Amino acid sequence: MKNQKRWVLWFFLSPVLLWLVLLIVLPQIDLLTMSFHVENDDGRMVWSFANYLTFFQEPIYWLTFVRTAVYSILVTFLTFIIALPIAFYITKVAAPKFQGFLMMLLLLPFWVSELVRVYGWMILLRESGVINHFLIKLGLLNKPVEMLYNDATMIMGLVYTSMLFMVIPIVSVLESLDNSLIEAAYDLGADMWSILVKIIIPHAIPGIVSGSIVVFMLTLGNYLTPNLMGGKNSLWFTEQIYNQFIASFNWNQGAAFGFLLLVLSSLVIWIGLKLTKQNLKKVVQ
Amino acid sequence: MIRTLPTSKTYNWCFKTYVILYFTFLFAPLLITCILAFNDSQFPSLPWKGFTVDWFTANLPERVGIFHDQINLDSIWVSFQVAFFVAILATTVGTLGAFLFEQEDFRFKQLLYFMMLAPLVIPGVILGISLLLFSNTLGLYFETRWNLDVELFRPGFWLVVLGQFSFIATLVTLVVAARLKKFDRTLEEAALNLGANRFEVIWHITLKFLSPAIIGAAAVAFLMSFENFNTTLFLVGHEATLPINLYLQVRDGSTPVINAISFLLIVGTSLLAMANLYFSKKEEE
Repeated sequence: MKNQKRWVLWFFLSPVLLWLVLLIVLPQIDLLTMSFHVENDDGRMVWSFANYLTFFQEPIYWLTFVRTAVYSILVTFLTFIIALPIAFYITKVAAPKFQGFLMMLLLLPFWVSELVRVYGWMILLRESGVINHFLIKLGLLNKPVEMLYNDATMIMGLVYTSMLFMVIPIVSVLESLDNSLIEAAYDLGADMWSILVKIIIPHAIPGIVSGSIVVFMLTLGNYLTPNLMGGKNSLWFTEQIYNQFIASFNWNQGAAFGFLLLVLSSLVIWIGLKLTKQNLKKVVQ
Repeated sequence: MIRTLPTSKTYNWCFKTYVILYFTFLFAPLLITCILAFNDSQFPSLPWKGFTVDWFTANLPERVGIFHDQINLDSIWVSFQVAFFVAILATTVGTLGAFLFEQEDFRFKQLLYFMMLAPLVIPGVILGISLLLFSNTLGLYFETRWNLDVELFRPGFWLVVLGQFSFIATLVTLVVAARLKKFDRTLEEAALNLGANRFEVIWHITLKFLSPAIIGAAAVAFLMSFENFNTTLFLVGHEATLPINLYLQVRDGSTPVINAISFLLIVGTSLLAMANLYFSKKEEE
């Protein structure tokens, strides 16, 4: 019996170990070691901090890094502001028979590839795009305006892309909020603002945190949307990584950038969890 | 405020407008992409020049519809194959992982659990580059040590499959584990008492119970793989997947063929999503 138990454990454990060690742990360690190596004059690889020094010495690199971080936080915040009323409407205001339908409508666009969604925005917003066409038809514009390729559009695109991952967790926490709490507060004369700040948001914190983590991480690691919707000056840090790998073929420098991005995302997530006194395990469920 | 409370007309009206605006925002890019797939024009833009299905079926020198566009058809086929293997691998390993974390006890279980969650907080780009680096390191090692040239270690089909599998398996594990938590273990005990061994119990009883979650997770895994861009970007060889191929076309200008492909993708994924929703609803009843 004992023997069989061991056997069963290894049957489950070995594929999982193979997966995590070969595809997650060892590659990350390799990434880290690569980032501390440079090619010396003889063409051999030696240990060095040079890749990280380059990052701090070249303003274009660390400025892109800081910009990416700040914009990702902004995107996360905007997504939250837009998503909260929608989640509230679906769980508490809409008639129960419409809830399923609204949820389906909410999910549908996110089953479609991100590329298709970005492409849709491109044909809406560009100079020869649909919105320009209508604005000129209506006489609001004399000549078409390029609405793509600037920071505001890029941020809108990022908000659009990550919207679902904020709405769904908030919907699921608000579903467990007892309506009678809001009714009681209302009967006792609370206004809408204090109900929002004292009842709804405290209850929704776990959902908000898990939504924010996912949105932040997806935004930080996004390549498509900044690349296709952002302008020449709105460089995203993932684009720097891509350039190092594919264009300059400097894999060690790229590895250093990759590791910095990984540290940034882990750090912000960790701070987020600490500030709101949540832990990762709880947030995942 | 909420359904059960009296609200002012303005409040209701504002909220409804907001929700309608939100859904317009959500669907506008998708709708416009679909509509312009049928416009009889060389460019995916307005004005409307009449209805046509040329961008699907035509095979003329100046217009090649998607059904005759060999490059795009090839990339769709590649994506199908990748998604098929990723779905199978991720579902198998993810299910084993769910059993491991829900039903087994061993040393370092917590540590392994956090390692399993890691792909959720590692940006997709980093997963891609770290696997690229690691496979390159392994390839070099095999070549210098044993003079072996291993195809698997070069960017290409199987590396893409492994890269996507590495994070999709986490999602499958979480979905199946959530279902396994609800399983009544006395059923297993009864079967064990009646003389079944552990694997018979799992095969005949537990897996039967888990099958809706497993099928749902496999469908999601398939879709995620089919649409993945960030991780694939760094691992792709000469066989481009559909998102990579579309990205290259969108970046360098666009033709309504992209709209036609997007239309097919939107219709296809919506059908899959609705089927998934329908079956999960049926399961609940």
